Amino acid sequence: MPFTRYAEVGRIVLVNYGPESGKIATIVDIVDQNKCLIDGPESGVARQVIPFSRIALTDLTVKIQRNARAKTLKAAWAEAETATKWEATSWAKKLSMKKKRAALSDFDRFKVMVAKKQKSAIIAKKMEELSA
Amino acid sequence: MTVAGVMRQYQVVGRKAATDDHPNPEAYRMVIFAPNPVIAKSKFWYYLHQFRKMKKTTGEILDCVEITEKNCRTVKNYGIWLRYSSRSGTHNMYREFRDVKLTGAVSQLYDEMAGRHRCRPRSIQIIRTATVGAKDLKRTNGMQFAKAGVKFPLPHRVSSAKRGQRALSDSTYTTVRPTTFFG
Repeated sequence: MPFTRYAEVGRIVLVNYGPESGKIATIVDIVDQNKCLIDGPESGVARQVIPFSRIALTDLTVKIQRNARAKTLKAAWAEAETATKWEATSWAKKLSMKKKRAALSDFDRFKVMVAKKQKSAIIAKKMEELSA
Repeated sequence: MTVAGVMRQYQVVGRKAATDDHPNPEAYRMVIFAPNPVIAKSKFWYYLHQFRKMKKTTGEILDCVEITEKNCRTVKNYGIWLRYSSRSGTHNMYREFRDVKLTGAVSQLYDEMAGRHRCRPRSIQIIRTATVGAKDLKRTNGMQFAKAGVKFPLPHRVSSAKRGQRALSDSTYTTVRPTTFFG
């Protein structure tokens, strides 16, 4: 399979490690084989040099020049509707689901258990109907 | 000198001590790369007594101030001219580095000289540093990243379980090999 996600100026990346993990940012410039300069004014990521081992490339890009200012970046993100596009991806949905699950209280987990039981009861009934 | 961590850039100004016949001796200014001001002042005397007839006991340091990078939000190409002594002789060298700060490039220089030439920081003298435009780069490694429209995939991504990073797998045992292809 060919590569479709490239480390390039304008690529949206997800920070995987560090104080800003879980946030998305844009590659503003490439320093060398292992590091790039990222910036995410809309998502609260400070402009910084970060190694590629700490980020994950996404399918989204924005059209910016090298070393774009925060203002130009914001405008480009608004034009490309990056935030909404990212939230709509299944990747982002899975991440938020994981977060939600980790933040459940005991009562919430009880509700989840009850809902699972209800769902499996419906499925079992349907299976009985189909096999009969 | 020990180069622990990040290098800093200092402007050190010094002169010979004032005497009755020369109440106002000429002051000399040097830009020194050192990890802290103590080593910066020591390096100042090391260089100064090679150039002029003065040393720490016969002189005084007037000022030692750190120079911070004016703009650390853009990546620049730095060319560094240096002189280093190897096991067989001393040589001049010119190296290029891409970094956000000059001090970052100098730290890279010391690491690279140690790695490629087994050269200790005490054997390295930085003659001159300059910011180089992308057109004037001489070394191919920096040139390929300074080019416009540079892009490359990240093939064979191996995630490390070192230093508290995310483990290679969520479970202790698994039947599938981890995937290293992420598009």
